Amino acid sequence: MVSVPGPHATYLNPILERHGHAAASLLQILREAQEHFGYVHPDALDYLSAQLRLPRARIEGVAGFYSFICLQPHGEYRVLFSDNITDRMLGSQTLMEQMCQQLWVEPGKASEDGLVSIGATSCTGMCDQGPAMLVNGRAVTHLSHQRVQEIAHLIRNRTPLDDWPGDFFRVEDNIRRKGLLLDSTLAPGDVLRAALAPGAADIVAAITASGLRGRGGAGFPTGLKWEACRLAQGAEHYVVCNADEGEPGTFKDRVLLTSHADLVFEGMTLCALAIGARKGFLYLRGEYRYLLEPLQAVLQRRRENNLLGACILGQPGFDFDIAIHLGAGAYICGEESALIESLEGKRGVPRSRPPFPVTHGYLQQPTAVDNVEIFCQAALAIHMGADNYRAIGTPKSSGSKLISVSGDCPRPGIYEYPFGVSVREVLKDCGAANTRAVQISGPSGVCVAESEFGRKLCFEDLPTAGAFMVFDDSRDLFEVARNFVHFFAHESCGFCTPCRVGTSMLKQTMDKIAAGHGTRYDLAEIEHLDQVLQTSSHCGLGRTACNPVLHTLRHFRPAYENRLKSLDFEPAFDLDGALARARQMTGRDDAGAHLKPEET
Amino acid sequence: MSRKLRIATTSLAGCFGCHMSLLDIDERLLALLELVEFDRSPITDIKHCGPCDIGLIEGGICNAENVHVLREFRTHCKILIAIGSCAITGGLPAQRNHLDLASCLTEVYLTEPGLAHGHIPNDPELPLPLDKVHPLHEVVKIDYFIPGCPPSGDAIWKFLTDLIAGKTPELGHGLIKYD
Repeated sequence: MVSVPGPHATYLNPILERHGHAAASLLQILREAQEHFGYVHPDALDYLSAQLRLPRARIEGVAGFYSFICLQPHGEYRVLFSDNITDRMLGSQTLMEQMCQQLWVEPGKASEDGLVSIGATSCTGMCDQGPAMLVNGRAVTHLSHQRVQEIAHLIRNRTPLDDWPGDFFRVEDNIRRKGLLLDSTLAPGDVLRAALAPGAADIVAAITASGLRGRGGAGFPTGLKWEACRLAQGAEHYVVCNADEGEPGTFKDRVLLTSHADLVFEGMTLCALAIGARKGFLYLRGEYRYLLEPLQAVLQRRRENNLLGACILGQPGFDFDIAIHLGAGAYICGEESALIESLEGKRGVPRSRPPFPVTHGYLQQPTAVDNVEIFCQAALAIHMGADNYRAIGTPKSSGSKLISVSGDCPRPGIYEYPFGVSVREVLKDCGAANTRAVQISGPSGVCVAESEFGRKLCFEDLPTAGAFMVFDDSRDLFEVARNFVHFFAHESCGFCTPCRVGTSMLKQTMDKIAAGHGTRYDLAEIEHLDQVLQTSSHCGLGRTACNPVLHTLRHFRPAYENRLKSLDFEPAFDLDGALARARQMTGRDDAGAHLKPEET
Repeated sequence: MSRKLRIATTSLAGCFGCHMSLLDIDERLLALLELVEFDRSPITDIKHCGPCDIGLIEGGICNAENVHVLREFRTHCKILIAIGSCAITGGLPAQRNHLDLASCLTEVYLTEPGLAHGHIPNDPELPLPLDKVHPLHEVVKIDYFIPGCPPSGDAIWKFLTDLIAGKTPELGHGLIKYD
């Protein structure tokens, strides 16, 4: 293949050097290339193809998969409004229209002068301080009419982002209730020092005895995972921290990585010691790009303090370091095997399992993939002792859980509770009034209505990854479900047909009902589609994509029924309206130029 | 012996390829005729559909007349089947969906030389085109779908014989295809 000379080589060469021309770093290379040039130019693809010895189609396939990688120019300022239901409830759609009007652009298109493009993106994890947006990858919070006006002004004047008011980019922790994790005053290295002497087998035994379970929602026993990984044969073992916090309504990892990064890295290093890993990755979602430099500074400080690198704490053979890998806007990469694919520089398509990552993970080597929170909890469990840790929470859910509260309540933010807290208690603490429903654990989780507010957040009852979105009695649960259905259709990775087609059909049917064309037949179709998605999807995304609809149908069926026509069937669009263009072009208005509704 | 079932067939915005596939059941047509009789269909040239058991429709909905025919079938057929890609998704004709209808008509009748003496035909005899081509199920309720472009004669045979026997039709491996 001929290498393409020209302007792209000059900025691509240092990037390629930095990543050792490794194909596994393709996503990082593409992301950095885009940060430099604004988008990934077709010539840049050719150049990368030659340099990395990868087919161009493979590179383009990866670039096309991630929504933050652009193959076309999208304006000097790329504005993406967070489109979670909590942003919408705070008026994001009006604000987006306002900005489009002020900058003379259509949503989703770049302006003709190449200045700006405005679009929407999935939840950016700022639900407690929305409406939020990303501008050239940087998070802006607390949008209001005034702020949008100011931003439009700054963009029109081509003010560099660094000169924007710092207030715009301020992300607050909003910690409202502390527990054993958020109250922790452990100094860097405390846990590692205590864990060095007992050694790997004892760490895993203590984690097992503490009853620690995954905090991403599935609740897999951490001790079992670490033990399997420790015993698995492989040339290298890897620790991966899943900070691809993509579930709409979740933002606890953002707070942990902002204010407790040391504890996260301490936990990862502890895990490395337990499973015998020398290399770890933090997979940071692209939306949290602004955390990259602060996190790298923490890593650097830890290296200087001998808490990372060779012979950690003077222990010969205890070598471990952590690299940060940035995602690029793909919810599916929160699934652990898709995340590993993404780490390897591929499209984030979930793998077939088994084999599981503990035996065949990153580069087919034994890999422990865990949630940000679990690394903190593991460090705490080791520090406190298994029995003390196990005493907190419920019998099958030991320890505490960080809950990300957003939506209709005066005090959104992070609440830490021992497992077993009831929905009602959380609602009381965040000041929610007239609550109609709570979406637990995000769109893929469970929608609970008032009759179930006594249910408890724990693995025995309501497992949760942490999202807790509150909807009061002014909210229409049909629109909530429709927003979630759109989310899944957008985030389907496209690998398996049931999910790729099914989520789109579900979206179309929900839109048909929203437009007032729905009938009972369509409700039956939704239930049928849900069955197909649940039984034949390749991964959890497809299996859970119908949850929002199933749950809201169960609790809030009238919200759907009120929109239905009383007929058995209605066309999906306005038939007579669809002839308007042809009537206009032909100048006809006779009876044959119209389509009347059918008589029933 | 129980009465013969009545079947109607038609092609809307399609190419008659699915009807050709129906003919591909070859000598089994004679066996089929033992079990059914044809109502409106290119086979009989009957112009309007009467009460039927089964309606088979190929092609999507591209104009007002398609809507009228489809409604006639829905009114008269107990079971309505969308057959082939165009009926199920809009298929090839739906490729015009990303173009504005007015620019299509302008391009064909006003810009390109040689057609319609430079004006867009507006005879009331002609059905008006819809702004987009739609699959059948967006206009009336459809009971069954036979995918394929076209589905094979064997698939159509299996589907019809299952229906006639009162079984929920199942196209197993090799009979379901999408191209």
